[in-house]
Amino acid sequence: MAAVTGDEQKADLREPPSWRRTKNRIATALMVLAFVLVIIPLGFVLFTVVAKGISIINWSFLTSPIPSIVAPANEGGIGPAVVGTLEITGLATVITVPLGILGAIYLNEYGGKNPLARAIGFFSDVMTGVPSIVMGLFIFSIWVLHFGFSGLAGAFALGCLMLPIVIRSTYEMLRLVPNALREGSYALGATKARVTVTVVLPAAIGGIVSGALLAVARALGETAPLLFTILGGLTTLNANVFSGANTALPLLIFTNATQPYPGAQDRGWGAALTLIVLAFILMIASRLVTARFSRYSR
Amino acid sequence: MEQPEQDFAAKTELPAPAALQTRRSDAPVADTPGATIFDTRDVAIFYGSFQAVTDVSLSIYENEITAFIGSSGSGKTTVLRAFNRMNDLVPGARVEGEMYYRGASLYGKDVSPIAVRRRIGMVFQKPNPFPKSIYDNVAYGPRINGERNKHKLNEIVERSLRQAALWDEVKNRLNTSGLSLSGGQAQRLCIARTIAVEPDVVLMDEPASALDPIATTAIEDLMQELKTQFTIVIVTHNMQQATRVSDRTAFFSVLVNPESDTRTGVLVEYGRTEQIFQDPQDSRTQAYVTGRMG
Amino acid sequence: MSAVAPADQAVPAGSAGALSERRPLGDRGFQGLALACGLLVLVILVLIAVTTSQQAASWFSTEGLKIFTNNWNPAANDFGGLAFIYGTAVTALIALVMAVPVSVGIALLLTEVVPYRWSRPIVYVIDLLAVVPSVVWGLWGILVFAPWIQHIYASIGSGVNGIPVLGNLFGPPTGGPSFFTCGIILAFMITPIVTSLSREVIATVPAIDREGAYALGATRLEMIRGTVWPHSQGGVVGAVLLGLGRAMGETIAAALVIGSSPEITSHLFAPGYSMPSVIANQFGESTGVFRAGLMGMGVLLFAFTIIINIIARGVVERSARRKRGA
Repeated sequence: MAAVTGDEQKADLREPPSWRRTKNRIATALMVLAFVLVIIPLGFVLFTVVAKGISIINWSFLTSPIPSIVAPANEGGIGPAVVGTLEITGLATVITVPLGILGAIYLNEYGGKNPLARAIGFFSDVMTGVPSIVMGLFIFSIWVLHFGFSGLAGAFALGCLMLPIVIRSTYEMLRLVPNALREGSYALGATKARVTVTVVLPAAIGGIVSGALLAVARALGETAPLLFTILGGLTTLNANVFSGANTALPLLIFTNATQPYPGAQDRGWGAALTLIVLAFILMIASRLVTARFSRYSR
Repeated sequence: MEQPEQDFAAKTELPAPAALQTRRSDAPVADTPGATIFDTRDVAIFYGSFQAVTDVSLSIYENEITAFIGSSGSGKTTVLRAFNRMNDLVPGARVEGEMYYRGASLYGKDVSPIAVRRRIGMVFQKPNPFPKSIYDNVAYGPRINGERNKHKLNEIVERSLRQAALWDEVKNRLNTSGLSLSGGQAQRLCIARTIAVEPDVVLMDEPASALDPIATTAIEDLMQELKTQFTIVIVTHNMQQATRVSDRTAFFSVLVNPESDTRTGVLVEYGRTEQIFQDPQDSRTQAYVTGRMG
Repeated sequence: MSAVAPADQAVPAGSAGALSERRPLGDRGFQGLALACGLLVLVILVLIAVTTSQQAASWFSTEGLKIFTNNWNPAANDFGGLAFIYGTAVTALIALVMAVPVSVGIALLLTEVVPYRWSRPIVYVIDLLAVVPSVVWGLWGILVFAPWIQHIYASIGSGVNGIPVLGNLFGPPTGGPSFFTCGIILAFMITPIVTSLSREVIATVPAIDREGAYALGATRLEMIRGTVWPHSQGGVVGAVLLGLGRAMGETIAAALVIGSSPEITSHLFAPGYSMPSVIANQFGESTGVFRAGLMGMGVLLFAFTIIINIIARGVVERSARRKRGA
């Protein structure tokens, strides 16, 4: 900048030197580029799955038994895998969500700052980082070796995955319930259990359900825990989730992905599309629940 | 039931509370309060090592409205919450001295806070209706006490809402959410909820401070009606409110400890409301009620 | 539910008896139940460590320290696992190098640049990215992405062939399924978690600090470098570590696109192998020490990720505490 006198300097409201501006602009552009770099592959994947999957999906595809690997695309379907996914994930949800909610209740309503509660909270977060394959190996060692492959074992493995997620999200929701509500209930002579169950839980239920739905969406797509617990390889339906090997969508996709046969690959894409749609539905349901029922998280 | 203080002391075989006599400057005209509901002697309340309030000795009488007044930090709310053991919810809180409810020790060894709170209800400063329907808000208390009969519940809900002067406004929308009410209505809902369990005492912690003047008047009128059935203790920042509604007034002040730089509340004076405001015995009381401090 | 006598409402309680009740059984039972569920977390973690180590015991005892050699040949009863450890490390590193700048960039975009109204769609996109299952990434990776990118690898490879460092990294042999492809896919998969955690951390920078920088006439970049970054770097490091743990443990996508070749090589475009992938691919046919070896790899994976996660959470918590105290 040319030397100016004092008064002129004060009135100089021009932009800062252009090199500072440019650096700023470059930085902003880079940040936008980062986002673009993420949209491209995401779009590509979704587009491919939809394009390749949609041609094969129909009601018969979703319900027919699984044909042999070499069968062409128009034969058979993925029925057993669909049922398997729904049953196994459903069972995992039913087992895990209540346990997770109770665990979070302990952390927020009873444990407070005591060392045990802090340890549980800390290790619950650490547990979310344990690879899902380890959960599969764990249930294999502790259950499958004694009781054989079954949908139940798969549900346990998925449950181990879901538990810390449900605990964390439920805990965050319980924290948001204002203390004034608890006090109002205590003042009427309620025990702590009653306060929690009749006032705190109902107040937080929207957020809790929303968080649980997201945990289910995550479990839906997991393959590794199932590899060691339900075995897969079925062609006909095994509706009994408690005994006998079973199959599920992610497992089917994994098997078919390495096959050279176009029929198998097409079934894989169809299964992939089904899986994504299911996960998508859960994600949307989660947002809807938050928007309509979750009073305190907004 | 009208009994002079001496009979009470004799009945429970406790030494006559001489210290109380000097604090309480009752008018020489025969003042015959009803039964003694609460009796506190040399009560001090601590949160951990911090002493929140000290030297509280007073008696609360049946079917009267007693007001606690004083500046912030003088311990009024702390003492109020000690009556229904709400301080128990704060870790590290403890009460020294004696607090009696109708002759039974409130902090005795076998006393259950749950049982205490069923008899001694509380209305809070900021209305806190549950996120349930109006009906369920009022029915909540009776329900957790085991009442399942639908007809009885309907009766209780209507009676409580009438007593709280809210029935006419909500009778056609009992199923709508309690959160949809205005501030004044919500506070009356909380009062209805509290009296639905038919407590003996209703404690009120600045019940109208979050409300507009019209709603405040409604609450004050309500209190006058409620006192025929319940005993009321109210904490208030508003001296005019205390003169309007209360029969007796307790004035609290703050003791500053210069060495540890802590502030502890203390009961300064307690007596009939007219006397406290027109003829205060302690200079601190006089300074406060005439507006010179606090 | 209460086993308690109904409250004595009409009759004043003159004696201590009416005020005393034992704490209802239901109340204590509920607390016990909640505690048990909380403890479940600790119990499961301990059980994981114990049972998997038991299963892997024969591998540790037979191979001893040789588990860290690069000699994996089931047919010859050799189970040195170095190649897999190497592959896990390399692919995770590649994933981090690509994902971290992108994730932090998006996090900054969301917190500093974009007005609130526009941030919702961006967050939806990130959530969508997170919801794509790993197996779908793998399916797309092996059937679509790898065949496409191997041409690019081939051109780069032949281009840098012979050049000292570049040739070693990017020269031939090249193939679609490779360390690098795996790294790319892993990068896509860990971006959501690193982004959302970074965003949480960056959002805790107090507004007054930002305003202070702006009030001095700083541009946005200067404000970020001056206030946001120093405040949040601890937390971002934690987020990065969590991403690392995630990348290391990712199994299925890796198993499909890594090339399944247990080699230690610097050529990133060449096929390789990683710990979770070999477990996934070979567990079914394994027996005896072979299986114990795979299980042992799982134990190592568990140990590594637990340690990384503990450090990561510790770092995040400490930086949050420092900020709160400040």
